[in-house]
Amino acid sequence: MGMEGIGARVARKEDKRFITGKGKYTDDMVVPGMRHAHFVRSPHAHAKIKGIDTSAAEKMPGVIGILNGAQLTEDAIGNIICGWMIHSKDGSPMNMGVWRPLAQDTVRYVGDAVAVVIADTKAQARDAAEAVVVDYEPLPVVTSAVEALKTGAPQLHENAPGNLIYDWEIGDAAATDAAIAAAAHVTEMKIINNRLVPNPMEPRAALGVYDEGEDHYTLWTTSQNPHVARLVLSAFYNVAPENKLRVIAPDVGGGFGSKIYIYPEEIVCLWASKRTGVPVKWNCDRTEAFLTDAHGRDHVSTIKMAFDADNRITGFKVDTIANLGAYMSLFSSSVPTYLYATLLSGQYNIPAIHANVRTVYTNTVPVDAYRGAGRPEATYLLERVMETAARELGVSPAELRRTNFIREFPHQTPVIMCYDAGDYDASMSAAMKAADYDGFAARKAEAKGRGKLRGIGMSCYIEACGIAPSAAVGSLGAGVGLWESAEVRVNAVGTVEVLTGSHSHGQGHETTFAQLVAERFGVGIDSVSIVHGDTDKVQMGMGTYGSRSGAVGMSAVVKALDKVEAKAKKIAAHLMEADESDIVIENGELKVAGTDKSVPWFQMALAAYTAHNLPEGMEPGLKEGAFYDPSNFTFPAGCYICEVEVDPDTGVTEIVQFVAADDFGKIINPMIVEGQVHGGLAQGIGQALLEGTHYDPETGQLLTASYMDYTMPRADNLPSFKVSTTETACPGNPLGIKGCGEAGAIGSPPALINAITDAIGNNDLTMPATSERVWAAIRAAQ
Amino acid sequence: MYQTNYHRASSVEDAVKLASANDEAKYLSGGQTLLPTMKQRLAAPSDLVDLRHVGEMKGISVNGGKIRIGAATPHVEVATSAEIAAACPGLAHLAAHIGDPHVRHMGTIGGSIANNDPAADYPAGLLALNATIVTNSRSISADDFFTGMFDTALEEGELIVAVEITAPAKSGYAKFPNPASRYALTGVFVARHGDGSVRVAVTGAGADGVFRHAGMEQALASNFSADALDGVTVDDSDLMADIHASSAYRANLVKVMAKRAVAAAG
Ligand SMILES: Cc1cc2nc3c(=O)[nH]c(=O)nc-3n(C[C@H](O)[C@H](O)[C@H](O)COP(=O)(O)OP(=O)(O)OC[C@H]3O[C@@H](n4cnc5c(N)ncnc54)[C@H](O)[C@@H]3O)c2cc1C
Repeated sequence: MGMEGIGARVARKEDKRFITGKGKYTDDMVVPGMRHAHFVRSPHAHAKIKGIDTSAAEKMPGVIGILNGAQLTEDAIGNIICGWMIHSKDGSPMNMGVWRPLAQDTVRYVGDAVAVVIADTKAQARDAAEAVVVDYEPLPVVTSAVEALKTGAPQLHENAPGNLIYDWEIGDAAATDAAIAAAAHVTEMKIINNRLVPNPMEPRAALGVYDEGEDHYTLWTTSQNPHVARLVLSAFYNVAPENKLRVIAPDVGGGFGSKIYIYPEEIVCLWASKRTGVPVKWNCDRTEAFLTDAHGRDHVSTIKMAFDADNRITGFKVDTIANLGAYMSLFSSSVPTYLYATLLSGQYNIPAIHANVRTVYTNTVPVDAYRGAGRPEATYLLERVMETAARELGVSPAELRRTNFIREFPHQTPVIMCYDAGDYDASMSAAMKAADYDGFAARKAEAKGRGKLRGIGMSCYIEACGIAPSAAVGSLGAGVGLWESAEVRVNAVGTVEVLTGSHSHGQGHETTFAQLVAERFGVGIDSVSIVHGDTDKVQMGMGTYGSRSGAVGMSAVVKALDKVEAKAKKIAAHLMEADESDIVIENGELKVAGTDKSVPWFQMALAAYTAHNLPEGMEPGLKEGAFYDPSNFTFPAGCYICEVEVDPDTGVTEIVQFVAADDFGKIINPMIVEGQVHGGLAQGIGQALLEGTHYDPETGQLLTASYMDYTMPRADNLPSFKVSTTETACPGNPLGIKGCGEAGAIGSPPALINAITDAIGNNDLTMPATSERVWAAIRAAQ
Repeated sequence: MYQTNYHRASSVEDAVKLASANDEAKYLSGGQTLLPTMKQRLAAPSDLVDLRHVGEMKGISVNGGKIRIGAATPHVEVATSAEIAAACPGLAHLAAHIGDPHVRHMGTIGGSIANNDPAADYPAGLLALNATIVTNSRSISADDFFTGMFDTALEEGELIVAVEITAPAKSGYAKFPNPASRYALTGVFVARHGDGSVRVAVTGAGADGVFRHAGMEQALASNFSADALDGVTVDDSDLMADIHASSAYRANLVKVMAKRAVAAAG
């Protein structure tokens, strides 16, 4: 691998600027004449807008303009759309309600933007926003998806009767029902997957600049996918034509999914810049982020798993109600369908699966993909029910899983997915060994002596990464293709630039993508620059989400590297009068195999650009591009084991051990992979133990809109993780990569809840397992 | 934050004068409550009178069992003072568990008790320790000072100068932090005084702020041990219920924390 090649544990190149505060984020951008936006937001969860009076606000100091939905409509700015069409089981298309970037007639959640004030300073914009008088007529409110489906519930959108967006199904209902009817044992559960607020460290921001002379627009924004933003802003929102719009996502401080979408504020800043004639910047504060960033999860499911007399799973039936909030966000429809129900086979042979999913409008902020997106929800159902079934059947949870593991690949599940490779026994054995699973009974007895309830829980997850191929997702309703592009430019001095459509907002691409070049050409990673996040620099790309940068983005880089390598060898062969097939690249040199003849890498590069002596007919220069469209998803999988001690007096859970054994396929940089797993585990543990999102059911106010009330995981909530990897290469892409960005968040919640329920002897426990819930569950079990 | 005028007071007299010059003036101590509230535009004082440079309001002295803590003394000094650790270990423990290091280096005892947040730690300590709150114009006993949630006996413009405590025979504090804010979801301070009397004060749990629990005080006066609390019931009808905890759970915590506080007091 070399010092910096594939598999090397090199420190992240980008960390120096991040750690020393030298990163450049959207809010750091300053352009001449720039002014500031503050949004007037609805304090009501549901209300008619009867009038907006801006007369007093307009006279306030520094105010440049106050814009509202009527002007937006005047300028023919489009509705915000959901880009993935789902059809109900009766064949009808999903009921997408109208979402205006500035609400015009009705507001549907607390925080819905109704107007924007542009002023010389941020404080002036805020002062004037307070002076805007909006006349609201409050309407009845519903925040729970289950309640919203009931007759008589407040209705959100005219075209979605009963608040139903779609009623979708997958799998074979008859076969699944028959399996349940014939089963030797059926485990039934009702499971809630709690709603989460994403909380990236950097809140969202946008800076819209309209250049009248050029009739050109620039948008700096906190985006995980600037090209998708440009496409949507142009093709659907009618803000600017694509050739006149540059979208730049500079350093971005985390996204976790919440920065995939194009939000009202970005549309409005860009549009307002033209309308008012000044560059417009907006940066949200933390409570605004709580109120307006797309939330995650929020499912209520009832499930039945059927077993035969040999403890083999014969059927799995799932009925899910998913809350999508007040409007359909960009990919919201795909999350509780194709990103969720297609994973319901887990690591197991399940002959019959049926899932029914109803998605519902409520007076809450829109819900969309959040780290894991659908896959944590599926894994949580499966792994809770497997552990619970094992307890009911009186077999060890590990044994029940082993009995049902898939062992032959490729494996076609009954829910679309075809798993290409995996070794689930290997990760389970590795995890059990690291956790000293067999020694648990002694540890439990010892803890009992200290008055603590000790429990152990397991979770074997599978996820699907690198959503693909384009034709397949297109046939399932996706409005975009899911490939990636790359360009490799070798400069005349041999240094290299890699342009990629994958955006890095914490993942470490500037290091790992450079490692691919180091591996291939022997060029040090400091001589390789990764260029991303600017639609004027990178031709096209689909961005970063769904753990796709490795499996898809790097594969595109590899394809471009292949082309560069082929041309470089031709040039070297010509320079050394050797045969092209004899050229090998080693230690930064192009050598003729078996001889002492060589040309240094930089000299070959220089030759490409001087073009004094190139092979007959060869174009000068050394720059190649590639688009890569994968042939399948990738399927990372693993086994997590969590051990807890519960204080029976208070219900407080302490995680005393957490083991993760993951199969991510080929690993480019183990340190970065470990970091991704650590972060994912922290988020998964946050969901399982700490993070509860509370909307007041009567008023629709978000009661957990700051860190005083919303519990983020902190270092002292977490143990020192024991992480390791096993490896089965992914046959579907050139590097054999599967992806590691979401696994931790997907696999950990059931492991933790299984451990607590084991400790307290009560399977009925809802996330987040707050100390009060655990305390109450202990008492209920007594 | 709205516009405000900043004044740096040099003495107690100066502070009171500066504050009285303007109806909408407020004292600024550590700013750990006031500044976030201003940033959220929930408070809009026209003038801020900064107390952090008033020498007579700062520092700790312990003389023959008489403890005096200046109102502008940050939590970290109480937490790390060897004299406090010796004279009243429960109080040092309490101060060490307020917020995080940043908050402990900025937040002050005077600001904390003037604010009387129902989930703040100091009110429980001062009530159980039978402290005296010394202001620019009078001395107020803790029993009279804490008058309800975010409410105190302070008059308009009255300035807390110091807190005085007689070192107890034993003291212990047990805090169950709110997992989000890390304020007290329930905190119980137990003090056994030189005359044998016991005071038990509870913060975080009361529907109307910090309170004393008579049943536990009686039980502990006759037998100062955790077991003595086994038979005591905590009525949940006057306790707080919110998204963080029901009153029944808080009632349980009051008892569990009281036992732990007694155990800590030794
Ligand atoms: C993140 C965070 C976590 C926290 N966690 C905890 C916790 O766990 N437990 C806890 O108890 N507290 C906690 N606090 C509060 C903190 O401990 C401070 O004690 C508290 O904010 C008030 O003290 P201050 O010195 O900051 O007062 P300021 O914020 O300056 O003032 C608060 C109020 O008191 C008034 N005031 C201040 N000094 C005087 C005086 N001498 N006389 C009269 N009036 C006065 C002010 O005018 C103002 O109205 C936390 C705060 C933060 C920001």
